[in-house]
This record gives sequence, C-alpha cells and structure tokens, in this order.
Amino acid sequence: MIEALQFEFMRHALLAGLLASIACGIIGTLVVVNRIVFISGGIAHAAYGGVGLAFFLGFPPLLGAAGFSLVVSTIMAMVTLSNKQRADTIVGVLWAVGMALGIILTDLSAGYNVDLMSYLFGSILAVPRSDLVAMAAVDLLVVAVVGLFYNSFLAMSFDEEFAVATGVPVKPLYFALLAMTAFVVVMVIRVVGLILVIALFTIPPYIAERYSGSLRGMMTFSVALSSLFTVIGLWLSYLFNLTSGATIILVAAFFFFASLLIDRLRKQRNLPLP
Amino acid sequence: MQPLAIEVNDVWFSYDGQLVLREVNLRIEQGEFLAILGPNGSGKTTLLKLMLGILKPTRGTIRVLGQEPWTAPDRIGYVPQDTNVNKDFPVSVMDVALMGRLGQPGRSRRYATEDRVLAKEALQKVNMWEYRHRPIGKLSGGQRQRVLIARALAANPRVVFMDEPTASVDKDFQTELYDFLKELNTRATVVVVSHDLSVLSSYVKSVACLNQTLFFHDAAEITQEMIDMAYHCPVELIAHGLPHRVLRKHEER
Repeated sequence: MIEALQFEFMRHALLAGLLASIACGIIGTLVVVNRIVFISGGIAHAAYGGVGLAFFLGFPPLLGAAGFSLVVSTIMAMVTLSNKQRADTIVGVLWAVGMALGIILTDLSAGYNVDLMSYLFGSILAVPRSDLVAMAAVDLLVVAVVGLFYNSFLAMSFDEEFAVATGVPVKPLYFALLAMTAFVVVMVIRVVGLILVIALFTIPPYIAERYSGSLRGMMTFSVALSSLFTVIGLWLSYLFNLTSGATIILVAAFFFFASLLIDRLRKQRNLPLP
Repeated sequence: MQPLAIEVNDVWFSYDGQLVLREVNLRIEQGEFLAILGPNGSGKTTLLKLMLGILKPTRGTIRVLGQEPWTAPDRIGYVPQDTNVNKDFPVSVMDVALMGRLGQPGRSRRYATEDRVLAKEALQKVNMWEYRHRPIGKLSGGQRQRVLIARALAANPRVVFMDEPTASVDKDFQTELYDFLKELNTRATVVVVSHDLSVLSSYVKSVACLNQTLFFHDAAEITQEMIDMAYHCPVELIAHGLPHRVLRKHEER
C-alpha cells in the first residue's frame, strides 16, 4: 500500500475514497433510518441522464449529473410526500427513464466516445484534483446541514408525525435530505459507480445500527466502516489488479455477511434469555 | 375570555376518495378531560391527527387554543400509539424525551439547559429517569409508553392528546396512568382516543363517540344510542335517548 502511494493517482484515489466515506456515512445513515434506500437508488441511476445531457450540451459530466439528480430528487420528494401509495412506482419509472435518457443522449453526442463503464462502476483511479475539491465541498455542506439541524433530523427520522405535531419543518428537511442525497450520490459515483452506490450507502449504516446507541454514533461508525471498506478495497484492487469499485463493494459485502454471522452466533449464545 | 381548547367546525376528511370523517363538530373548554371512543376504522386517529395539524381537513376548520393547530405546536403535547415507534432506532430515552422541546425556537441544533431540566422532570414523573441512557428498543411496551408520555410532558403543553394510551400498558401502570392523567388535567386539557371503553375512568369529564361522524355528550356519560351508533351501524342521525351513566353501570368487566 505504501509503495502504491508513490503514484499520484493512488493518493487521489485514497483521498477520494475517504472524502466520499464521510458524506456517505452521514447521508447513508439518514437514508437507512428514513427507509428511502429505494429513492436513493433511483436518484443514483437517474443521474446518468445528467451525464448524457452534459455530453450532449458539452459541459462537465459530473456537473450535469449533479444538476440533473438534484432536479430528479426534488421531483421524487414531491411525489413521495403527495402520493405515498404510488411513490415507489414513480421512483422506479424515473430510475429507468433517467438511464435511458442518458444512453440516448450520449448516442446523439457525436464525437464523444463515452466510457459508460466508468460511470456504472466508478473511476476512482482517475480522480482529478478539482474533483477532490468538489468532494470536500460536499462533505462540508453535509456536515454543516446535518449538524445545524441534527435534533430535527433525529426527530423526523424517529417519529415523523410527532415531529410534524411539534412544529419541526419536516417537509423542508425532507427536501434537503434528498437534495443532499443527490449530491452525495454523484460524489460516490466517482468511487464505486452508480450501480454500486446503494451498497456503500446501506451496508455501513446497516452494520453500524446494531452497535450504536445514538444516531450520531451510527453516523460516525458508518463513516469509519465506509473508510475501512474503501481503503481495503483499494488496496486489494491494486494488489490483484481488479476493478476498484467492485472490489470495495465486495469488501463491504464480506463485512456485511460477517456481521450477520456474528449476530447469529451471539443470539444463539444468548438463547436462554427470556 | 380564554379561547376554547379545541374547536372543530364542520370538519370533513376523505382519503383516496374514501370518506373518513363527515360533519364533525366539537367544542371543548380548557381544563376538560375528553375521551373519544370509536371502533377500529372509525376515524379516531384521523381526527386526532387533524387536531394535531398532522393532517389538514378536506373541509371545515380546526382551532386549538384559538389558533390553527400547526401554529401552536409548543403548547400541544402528543402521545402516539406505541406501535408506531420504530424499535430498532438508535436513540436513548433521554434523547426521546428531549424531542418534546423541539417546538421551542432554535432547538434544532442544540438543546438548552432548561430543556434538559424539563426533560429530566418529565422522565422523573413517569419513573423513567434511571433508564435515561437506555436505548428505546431495550424497553418493555409499558416503559416505552411512559417515555412517550414524558416526551409530550417535556413541552409543558396546555393540551395533551393521547392515542390508545392503555393499549400496551401493564395493569399496574394503568391505574398509575389514570392518577397521573388526573394530576396532569389540573394543568392541561386532556384528550384521549381509544377503541376500548375501559379508558372511561372517573376522571373523564366528557365523552364523544365517533364513527365517521361524532356524537358528543358534555358529560362523562354515553347514551345507549351513542354506543349503538358508533359501534354497530353506519351512522345516519343522532337520536336523543335516555342517558345512563356508563361509569356507574358498566358491569361487563
């Protein structure tokens, strides 16, 4: 690992992984406890529409993805707030339409040889310095917003109706959460790609939830786990010359199943308990 | 003159084209202790959520302490049904009690010392202070109910709404709960919603029966007609029957 860090692209990759882990652990925790994993998956895939649009109109792909997924996340927030019954169908439709739109738009953008794979599975080994700055900015935004409204996010996630009755501005917070999800999704696309975003969003919080006494603790633990997974994943992908994004996810999956197993063993030992 | 605690004027509510409530009228003075009874699916919880400002009526108006419900959250306490609580959620008893303070301005980032004091007092009142560090998921149903009550009390509310307060409470706490509600009623208006007639304790001052529409009696008594209508048939009209005091004559238990 140390020798690998001689290369600038490896240093950038490591930094990108760690920066993504911060936002991912915080927003992933909120996504998991608010049960909007499906929506975050929808935003991630629809983001490809933005990539296509950016190629078509000739501006930076990640900027296109960020803008587009922000719009999609706002639509999804409106739909889920106004029609909870049908929300999952509409999220599913937006999910597919976004991807299809992205593919058609890149088809139409003559002269560009778009590397679709790098968006699907990430391109952590090719992160320019400018992207690192953008990632740090997203981290700052996420930490600031969640920090400033922590008690309200906690109340909303724990008991939405009580929060409304108590005067917590649940609707604006929900829009803000989905907007932040959109930004973080785009950031994580760099690291593991849009198909694998959900895994990095959900696995660390899922493991962390069982060992945390507070939402803050769960966020911190998720950030730590996510960092661990990306570092180990990067190292393995370097050692064995594998696709980084997929390796990171498999490392996360390994820990996920290990935690399930440990849980089971612990439960079996405690079986005599009433 | 002090405003009415609750004023419901010709409220209708439909959800997905289904009529849930029709023509509900209710006027409750401050200091009342009202029980709203009705079978499952009668719209009790819907009416409660309308009074809390969680839902907005399709037609009609609701005032709590003379204001629209969502503009007076710092004076309203809400104790939801225990079954609505996410039991895996990583949150401690103290942090749940503190949520009652969120109606005060500026609490989103951090609570004030005053909030911690009030949350502590509320937890002590329901005998849950010693469990303050315990995760909410590691409590029994009755203990969790107490914490939810403490959360509502921490707001120092003038009107307290409770949804099925006795549903998950053990028998011991049930008696304690009524004494407690009686004491609370000296400071606040209390509204209890239940499908279970046994909430009718001697502390209840007035009773309403609900089944899509509301039958209200300004006393702790129910007429046979109110019960029949609310519990057995689709309701068409209110008949004035011979009232009898339910609390004295209830022998089925």
